[in-house]
Amino acid sequence: MNFSYTFLVPLIPFAVFIFLGFFYNRIKENISGWIGVAGLTSVAVLSYYTAIQYFYHTPKLDGKFQTFVYSVNWMNFTDTLKVDMGVLIDPISVMMLVVVSTISLMVHIYSMGYMHGDRGFTKFYAFLSLFTFSMMGLVLATNLFQIYIFWELVGVSSFLLIGYYYEKPSAVAAAKKAFIVTRFADFGFLVGILLVGYYLGSFDFQYLNGPEGIAAAQKFGSIFMGFSVIGLALVLMFMGGAGKSAMFPLHIWLPDAMEGPTPVSALIHAATMVVAGVYLVARMFPMFNFVDHGSALHIVAWVGAISTLIAAIIALTQFDIKRVLAFSTMSQIGYMMLALGVSGYDGHEGVGYMASMWHLFTHAMFKGLLFLGAGSVIHAVHSNLMQDMGGLHKYMKITSITFLIAALSIAGFPGFSGFFSKDEILIATFHHNRPIFYITLFVAGLTAFYMFRLYFSIFWNKKTHYHHTPHESPLTMTIPLVFLAIMSIVPGYFPFTEWVTPDKVGFHGHIDPMMASIATTVGVLGIGLAYFFYFKPTDYPAKISAAFGTFYVWTKNKFYIDELYLFVTRNIIFKYISGSFAWFDKKVVDGTMNLIGNSTVVGSEAIKGVQSGKVQDYAFAFVGGVIILVIVVIYML
Amino acid sequence: MIANVSIYEILTVSTLLFFIGLYGFLTRKNLITLLMSIELLLNASVINFVVINKYMFPDFLQGVYFSIFIIAVAASETALAISIIINLYRLKVSVNVDKTETMKY
Repeated sequence: MNFSYTFLVPLIPFAVFIFLGFFYNRIKENISGWIGVAGLTSVAVLSYYTAIQYFYHTPKLDGKFQTFVYSVNWMNFTDTLKVDMGVLIDPISVMMLVVVSTISLMVHIYSMGYMHGDRGFTKFYAFLSLFTFSMMGLVLATNLFQIYIFWELVGVSSFLLIGYYYEKPSAVAAAKKAFIVTRFADFGFLVGILLVGYYLGSFDFQYLNGPEGIAAAQKFGSIFMGFSVIGLALVLMFMGGAGKSAMFPLHIWLPDAMEGPTPVSALIHAATMVVAGVYLVARMFPMFNFVDHGSALHIVAWVGAISTLIAAIIALTQFDIKRVLAFSTMSQIGYMMLALGVSGYDGHEGVGYMASMWHLFTHAMFKGLLFLGAGSVIHAVHSNLMQDMGGLHKYMKITSITFLIAALSIAGFPGFSGFFSKDEILIATFHHNRPIFYITLFVAGLTAFYMFRLYFSIFWNKKTHYHHTPHESPLTMTIPLVFLAIMSIVPGYFPFTEWVTPDKVGFHGHIDPMMASIATTVGVLGIGLAYFFYFKPTDYPAKISAAFGTFYVWTKNKFYIDELYLFVTRNIIFKYISGSFAWFDKKVVDGTMNLIGNSTVVGSEAIKGVQSGKVQDYAFAFVGGVIILVIVVIYML
Repeated sequence: MIANVSIYEILTVSTLLFFIGLYGFLTRKNLITLLMSIELLLNASVINFVVINKYMFPDFLQGVYFSIFIIAVAASETALAISIIINLYRLKVSVNVDKTETMKY
């Protein structure tokens, strides 16, 4: 089986980006839209073809899914340490191809309606293509260095798209915040990569995750709190992943990133880029699992658990619908992280890994749908706030129904895709880590509650009086909604347990009736409570929030984590540490340079009279010089 | 060889000639006079060439040939300098060397 054609998957969006970028003044709006959609369609077709070929028509080797690597040598550092550029085809990368191309294609189509009439329409499509190129490169990376390059590229495209409305100061601030926070986290990632390169002598995933790489990595003794140097490198890499995936305490950029256009939020900040951290841990999973007996995985699990809990609690109190969805995204990514964290390697032990990847897939579909639905609502109402909405079901039937499907899916209602993947996560945590299991279960209830709080507040509740009667969005926006609604149900019935497992062998999955009934009960409880509170206008929410008092205020202000960051950076780091550096830079470094420049100016000002322009002065100096030389030669030598 | 005249006397004359020319070049303000001073300098060196050739290396002729070359070069140089001075005069209506100091700092 030859998969070398997957080189085209990143290259087609790149070509589209170059083309739209160069001619963005000269292309008409709808033409550039169609170019983008055409490029993405070909990418999606290639991705689906690859997936079908890989999972159905490629023979397994020793009962395992094979891994295909096609790469070209790019940089040589030493004989063994080299950097390749290429594509790596294995179950998770193929799965990610499908996720990214599906969501990206839907967002491309959707944006033709949503961004219609925007001044930077072509620029927007160019950036979307740049993002798709980078994300595909990240997904298909064959080594740590390549993944790092594309990791930064998705960061840049995220920055560009968050700051797309660059005339809004809040968007500019959000773009900078996202870039700086993730960049700070990526520093850890880079140090981790360099440590691995230095101690193991290779960046290649095939080597590192193979038996030789694991054996080499296990040789290092513990140096710090039970971690070996490779274990620490993995923790540092996870720091990069946590930054990109908005894990606590590096999550502060994600809610602000909602300043970008809504399709961007759906593509980058819900479905694809923010799961890059999960993908990174999954990609390095054998290392995480075997080095130091999985100590690094414990950290992954607990960071995921804390993030999922905090985000779910904050999501209960937010009124901006995109922010609710942002915290929901953070919470669901926490699910994926903790599922990875509790996973084992062989056979049925790998259920957490499988559940994490499955949830990544289903979450991308329903969260993309939720964001696109929210975009459709915002498009109609021209506001982000829940208070400005209500009773929209009457006006926007398609949006309302698709939003309901996505909400049921994320709440884990039986029959929808989220139910299956969440069920597997619950099973994994139940068997491997009981405290995390209870957190996961609690968060499942919270998720159902805040999601239906959102749904009922937007589409039912009070009858708001609107200035313009809201109307259903155009066809370019509703078609992606309907498609993603289908995709919020169907992936639940994929045989994921046979496709995506850490040992690539696969096992027969089954639904645990006990676990399923517990999860369903909790989910339905959350939905019921939300119905009781929010289906019709009531004063219960106000009473409950008053009862929680201080806790409610803290939650509404996101536990003041942003303020804490600002305090630490402004009042401590900037003032005491950066201040002295700034003084040194301004006074000593700049001072030295200014001294050199100024003394040259002053000196030349003083002696410029020598250049009198009078030929006789020059002749006199010349003759004088000759006489002095003659005297020196005759009498001194 | 000139009877009753030694090389020292002739060299004294040429040295005097040279310093007269140098003095003129450094002190006079008229460009034409400067040109004449340069001719004095050149003539002093030409005399040196000829005299040293004649008195010290009578079997050779290089010094004489050199002097002829110098005279030819000096003539063409003078022609060039005169043309420059004429153009300068048209521009400045003056041949005073102090007036041509536009090339200063």
